[in-house]
Amino acid sequence: MINLHWLYVLAGFVFAGFAFSSAREGSNKKRWGNAAFWGLVAASFWFGDLLGDLGNGVLVLALVAIAGAHLLGRGSRQSTTTQERIESSDRLGNKLFLPALIIPFTAFVGTLIFNYTPLKGSGLIDPKAVTLVLLGVGIITSLAVCYAWLRPPVMAPVYEGGRLADSIGWALVLPQMLASLGAIFAAAGVGTTIGALAGDIIPHGSIFLAVLLYALGMVAFTMIMGNAFAAFPVMAAAIGVPILIHADGGNPAVIGAVGMLAGFCGTLMTPMAANFNVVSAALLELKNQYGVIKAQVPTALALLIVNILILYFAGFHL
Amino acid sequence: MTYWALLGILLVVIGFALRFNPLLVVAVAAIATGLLGGMDFVKVLGTLGHGFNENRYVTITYLVLPVIGILERYGLQQRARTLIGRMRAATTGRILIFYLAFRQLLAAVGLIAVGGHAQMVRPLVAPMAEAAAEKQHGKLDEATSEHVKAMSAATDNVGVFFGEDIFLAVASILLIQGSLKGFGIELTPFQLSVWAIPTAICAFLIHGTRLLLLDRKLGRRGQ
Repeated sequence: MINLHWLYVLAGFVFAGFAFSSAREGSNKKRWGNAAFWGLVAASFWFGDLLGDLGNGVLVLALVAIAGAHLLGRGSRQSTTTQERIESSDRLGNKLFLPALIIPFTAFVGTLIFNYTPLKGSGLIDPKAVTLVLLGVGIITSLAVCYAWLRPPVMAPVYEGGRLADSIGWALVLPQMLASLGAIFAAAGVGTTIGALAGDIIPHGSIFLAVLLYALGMVAFTMIMGNAFAAFPVMAAAIGVPILIHADGGNPAVIGAVGMLAGFCGTLMTPMAANFNVVSAALLELKNQYGVIKAQVPTALALLIVNILILYFAGFHL
Repeated sequence: MTYWALLGILLVVIGFALRFNPLLVVAVAAIATGLLGGMDFVKVLGTLGHGFNENRYVTITYLVLPVIGILERYGLQQRARTLIGRMRAATTGRILIFYLAFRQLLAAVGLIAVGGHAQMVRPLVAPMAEAAAEKQHGKLDEATSEHVKAMSAATDNVGVFFGEDIFLAVASILLIQGSLKGFGIELTPFQLSVWAIPTAICAFLIHGTRLLLLDRKLGRRGQ
């Protein structure tokens, strides 16, 4: 069965390639920091399950030390000049989009095929990993097309990918780090403490204030944890179920669904949701690492008001 | 139960606000929270390492970088710009509204993986939005160019967040169903996902309006 471990082996090779390409970049003073960082990520993908929890913890500390000591840095390497790129874009035309579209197309068609043919029951692909496996298939297909059509130097994908990885830098492993922070928060009982606090300050008698506190609690806790999934069970247990559903008789489907969506408004406003908000800024090479969040705040606040109104009117007055 | 563990949250907020390296902030907050929550250092380090190892799948998305890199080498971003340059009706706002609708609709039928920052926004959406902005506005100053790029990323996020819950089998719907079931409240995914529709429509209207306002702003400054 094709499962996540196949992808981890592949990822190990890709990040080892990035490490190699970083180390080869003679003009960048921080090349050894970059190389060590990607090398450790490659080691994590290859050997993570053999290192044990403590070994992985030490690996995490090493990554943090490299990033914290500012040993990572983007180089000045450019593979082709802007002029060369314009010329090659004119020569190749709109066909250049096709390899890029193979990846989403594979995800699209693959998901349909997996869900609506006997493939699902065949055991060829682990159902839990199907999205990521299809991503991997799309990437390999696209890369094969690029080699056959564009005939780049053999190592070019590794160098080009490494160039992009260096420009993202430490932000690339931040989502994973935040997931482990979430595990520590859970183990230390942070969620239950916040739930109890929210439950203590709940105003009695006013449905609107209770709705407001529920929605704002979802937003605040989502901003702290970086995703609404961690916040929902806590806020449901503290306010949603005992107050809004049981005491005030709210519609459970609205309280559940729209409560989660109020949390999503929080996701738009926090650097803790790193893969959406911080990595994206790094990928676009924005000067302000919080630029994407800044662009999202007006939409998020307006939608939060909408969600509060839906919770109040649809939850209690329909 | 100890309130001391909440100090870790404070550390995160302060660390991010003062713009220390986020990896460092998160590691310090994790260790402080664990120690204050009553774990010993070895246990904290083990929990941190375990969490990191279990969540490696989050980083798999970046396997796409070699493909995007090689296509950029052959002028993909320039191609995206040329294409937009030739479309007379293309404006930044219209391009991003189209992408917002595309992302919301595909997410609503469960195709969350179609799109995303590495695959779509950096190589295609952002260069197209920027090229259109240059047509409307003339040469972009740095602040405007940053804002157009940031809005491109924001549009991807808004689209996927407020589309995906309409799909029945998405993780968050299943989580809501599971959490409420724990309290004896039985709901079907369908009952939950219909309530994602009003917010999805409002998300399209609100963010779409902001994108049209962005167009007006770009047009005005160009004159």
